[in-house]
Amino acid sequence: MALTDEQIERYSRHIILKEVGAKGQKKLLNAKVLIIGAGGLGAPAAMYLAAAGVGTIGIADADDVDLSNLQRQIIHSTEDVGKPKVKSARETMERMNPGVKVNTYHMFVDAANIRELIREYDFIIDGTDNFPAKFLINDACVLEKKPFSHAGIIRFKGQLMTYVPGEGPCYRCVFKEPPPKDAVPTCKQAGVIGAMGGVIGSLQAMEAIKYIIGKGELLTGYLLTYDALTMEFRKVGLPRDTRRCAVCGEHPTITEPVDYELNVCEDKI
Amino acid sequence: MYITVSGNKKEVKNGLTLPELIELENVEMPDYVTVSVNDEFLDADKKAGTVLKDGDNVEFLYFMGGGC
Repeated sequence: MALTDEQIERYSRHIILKEVGAKGQKKLLNAKVLIIGAGGLGAPAAMYLAAAGVGTIGIADADDVDLSNLQRQIIHSTEDVGKPKVKSARETMERMNPGVKVNTYHMFVDAANIRELIREYDFIIDGTDNFPAKFLINDACVLEKKPFSHAGIIRFKGQLMTYVPGEGPCYRCVFKEPPPKDAVPTCKQAGVIGAMGGVIGSLQAMEAIKYIIGKGELLTGYLLTYDALTMEFRKVGLPRDTRRCAVCGEHPTITEPVDYELNVCEDKI
Repeated sequence: MYITVSGNKKEVKNGLTLPELIELENVEMPDYVTVSVNDEFLDADKKAGTVLKDGDNVEFLYFMGGGC
């Protein structure tokens, strides 16, 4: 379908890029991206994807907006406190770009529902705040052969990597299994600088956009780390041998998503 | 001998072990850090016994669970 005049104007700064063009913009308009977690990472990712004209954006989160979220979760405003995060997120995205269809999932994503949830999307963004969810998303994406962006943030640091089926290591290749309860501090316990979500969540949106338009190189096989205090970005090459991985390896022992005990960032995040 | 740690080349004593390097580098939460040496992930049970060699490239990959 041809772009409308309104779309040509709205997306003109994309269309003028040779890597995007009208063709790439149509790919974005036809794409479906799911964001799990409407928090520090999910907020900027969702806003940039909505602004970019990603045609269908799913957003999943069971929580309500809390006053302590607003220091970093810029998709929510003061008047949204108490609202489901997915509702607040949808309202912001629809105000930014009414041409985008937003699907909301006001629920905990778990082993029982994740495979069906991700199945209808082209790319998944992990914007969650705990290890059980990060392993759940990884395993489900491996099993459903879906590309996804992992990210984590804490204090003044952030990291991200991109998984594309068959093109490099998954999150579990690197991190094996969730750490024990309270072994690794969470952002609720340790704090996080608000703009960190903006930096890393925007990079997740960037990876989704590049995947959709099929241009550039993704962070497959790399972990990008960012230290805001030293202002250092590092693109760390990851070992390419995935054969021994419990989920994406040659002889997987994990053949269904697993619910690990939720042990971090409980209650209000 | 020289090894590369987190992208930085540095001189260390011959026969440096991985646990010694972890201490030298003040690696946080060493029990939960993923270590790769020369493009291979080290299994947890291999960390203690690993002796580094001249030219080794060591990376520490940290759990980062926040997103909230």
